[in-house]
Amino acid sequence: MSDSAKKSRSLLARIFRRGPWENTATIMIAAGIFMLMQPFSLWLFGWSFAMILTGTLGFVIVSHFPE
Amino acid sequence: MSSSVSSPDKPRTVTGKVFALSDRAIAWLFISPTILLLLAINIFPLVWTIYLSFTNYRANQPGRAIRWVGTRNYERLLGNEDIWGYLQATAHFVLWTMLLQVVIGFGLALLINRNFKGASFWTTVILIPMMLSPAVVGVFWTYIYQPQTGIFSYIVNFFADVGPLDMIGSVDLAPWSIIIVDTWMWTPYIMLLCLAGLRSIPDYLYEAAEIDRANAWQKFFYITLPRVMPFLMLAVLFRGIENFKMFDMVVELTSGGPGSTTEVASINLKREAFEKWRTGYSSAFAIILFVTVFGLSNIYVKALNKVKQ
Repeated sequence: MSDSAKKSRSLLARIFRRGPWENTATIMIAAGIFMLMQPFSLWLFGWSFAMILTGTLGFVIVSHFPE
Repeated sequence: MSSSVSSPDKPRTVTGKVFALSDRAIAWLFISPTILLLLAINIFPLVWTIYLSFTNYRANQPGRAIRWVGTRNYERLLGNEDIWGYLQATAHFVLWTMLLQVVIGFGLALLINRNFKGASFWTTVILIPMMLSPAVVGVFWTYIYQPQTGIFSYIVNFFADVGPLDMIGSVDLAPWSIIIVDTWMWTPYIMLLCLAGLRSIPDYLYEAAEIDRANAWQKFFYITLPRVMPFLMLAVLFRGIENFKMFDMVVELTSGGPGSTTEVASINLKREAFEKWRTGYSSAFAIILFVTVFGLSNIYVKALNKVKQ
């Protein structure tokens, strides 16, 4: 394997680590649930499901990333 | 190694001989009824509900042509102030029940864990409400809450002279009437799981803390709480999800009333699906609730794994 291929692979491995992505997905789900049930803004309520769905699907995908 | 590969050294298993099947095939044979059942009663209805949520299907008009409406059902739901209100009522119910149940349940577990005389008797007594059917609990609490003849109103008036207390009929008190009943019924469950956590803490940790002159609070915050936390998280996960879907007890107690004060999401979902027969619309609502619960459980499982480490 060439050096550039090795480099790009290690870069990908560094970018697609489970930890930070899982944290991002978790924050999105938590924010979505808050948006769904908060009593302050109908606009936030309107976008809550998109947020939860993105977070949940994201969580399912990133939980298969390497540690 | 699979027994399908015949070898003079390794005789085939008895089941393999009887059915002339490999171990893997026998395993599939045993597991296939469960998989079929799961597909039939879990996966298919879920996929079908997802499909229906994008249509204008009405279950009371089976002959009517089903029209694809795209995301219109979701747009209507997420722009509806009433739905927003029902989800706020659900949040109010879930937050308060979880808070009260965790505090009281953990407190009771700490008390029972002291192993005083008659502890096992009191454990059994405390656990009784959890074993009752929510429908039965709903019916007899309706009697307890009667403003004129109910014991609840009598007890409150014994301590504070407020007159007949209409817990179920009052807009302000009705949400609390459900919270009280759910707390009464499910605190034992939290207590039981916390007790399991407390009993799993080895004594030598407390003995070591004694030697280090740790006070009671330090022992609680550095030994008891971290050790019980996985159990507590598990209890909160189960009860949180159950309360988010709460239906039967609320129907028995208030039926969502007065007005729509206690109309939690699941009650509205049932009304939309089986009273107004807006099947497509209610399917979209069901999917929103499902994804929310699924997302919530992901967070909890992640937190649980972290605490376990």
